[in-house]
Amino acid sequence: MKMRPENTFKQLALLAFLLLSSESASAHILEGDVAGGFISGFEHPISGLDHIVAMVSVGLWGAQLGAPAIWLLPVTFPMVMAFGGMLGLMGVPLPGTEVGIALSAVALGAMVATEARPPLFVAALLVGFFAIFHGYSHGTEIPPDQNGVLYSVGFVIATGLLHLTGIAIGLIHRWPSGQMILRLGGAGVAAAGGWFLAGGESDVLELGKSLMAL
Amino acid sequence: MGALRNLALPAAGLLAATPAHAHLMNSGFGPFYDGLAHPLMSPEDLLPALAVTLLAGLSGARYGRWVLATLPAAWLLGMLAGWALALPTAPASAMAVATAVTGALAASGLRLPLPVVTGWAALLGLLHGVGNGGELAATAGGLLAIIGIVCSLAAIVSLVAGQVAVLQAHWARLAVRISGSWIAAVGMLMFGWAMKS
Repeated sequence: MKMRPENTFKQLALLAFLLLSSESASAHILEGDVAGGFISGFEHPISGLDHIVAMVSVGLWGAQLGAPAIWLLPVTFPMVMAFGGMLGLMGVPLPGTEVGIALSAVALGAMVATEARPPLFVAALLVGFFAIFHGYSHGTEIPPDQNGVLYSVGFVIATGLLHLTGIAIGLIHRWPSGQMILRLGGAGVAAAGGWFLAGGESDVLELGKSLMAL
Repeated sequence: MGALRNLALPAAGLLAATPAHAHLMNSGFGPFYDGLAHPLMSPEDLLPALAVTLLAGLSGARYGRWVLATLPAAWLLGMLAGWALALPTAPASAMAVATAVTGALAASGLRLPLPVVTGWAALLGLLHGVGNGGELAATAGGLLAIIGIVCSLAAIVSLVAGQVAVLQAHWARLAVRISGSWIAAVGMLMFGWAMKS
């Protein structure tokens, strides 16, 4: 059966009218700011340079150490960091959080710069120790009225992706020049940690806020 | 039998009830589709189901088949009980702990005995099913929504467990275990949220 063009137009117009006039679905899955919860959680680990350099360093160091550290360290960090976040959410006091975060950049950067090869459990303990400070800091800074589950999902995914970024960069370790570049990068991270200890990161945050305001 | 006895205490703790506060989503296509979409749109239900599916898949096809039979069936049983008796859901903290433990088990790569894995899947199914059923009772979602939820869960378990069970490459199995660790991390943060609120 051949359809006349004007009939097709009328049918499309009717369909469009029905679609546009229908009441929107009142999806109510979770409590809190659902869309904002995931985005807010995802943005949190990547919003501070001190967090970024430390987490990427974990991936770099894992890549230098090879298996099984290449996957054990990035598994350890998010889990212990989540534990720290849990402590922060529960309001358990943890002194020296900012110093611990800055020191994590110094220590992890130094590990990458020197291509240190301690026993695996020592490496995992070091990474886990500093992860608590990062997680705690995130846990205490979580904005109110966010959806807790989706915030957590975004937060963990972003953290994991930062580690994966470090691992991906660390793959250059197979080449001699890549090994040198990684060690220089580690030295840079350690230097940045020293700068954070001196309070330099607050200047970066202010600059970031100014740029965001533009 | 010993494994079941070991699961009895955590089961009692997890099933200690509080008032329901979850919501069944409205897809606009009717209660069956609302139910079908519910596990996919509710991370607090999806994550533990995924974690136990990953755990089973890593242990092999036989484990996957058992969890495919157990998890949706226990979820159905829990929903029917919650729906018929208007039972309240379990505390958010208990659900968070269950999610964290299941994710950590998947991350560990341990090959647990089959009764432990299926027993844990049944426990998770009951725990979350009761919550979903209680919510359905409050919103009059009906039997079709329950069927939709079970179908969705069966599809998730069969697809994910099947895909994981056939993985041979070391890196691919590691990726699955890393996913488990991420679920465990989310579970710990969920526990913090539950304690905060």
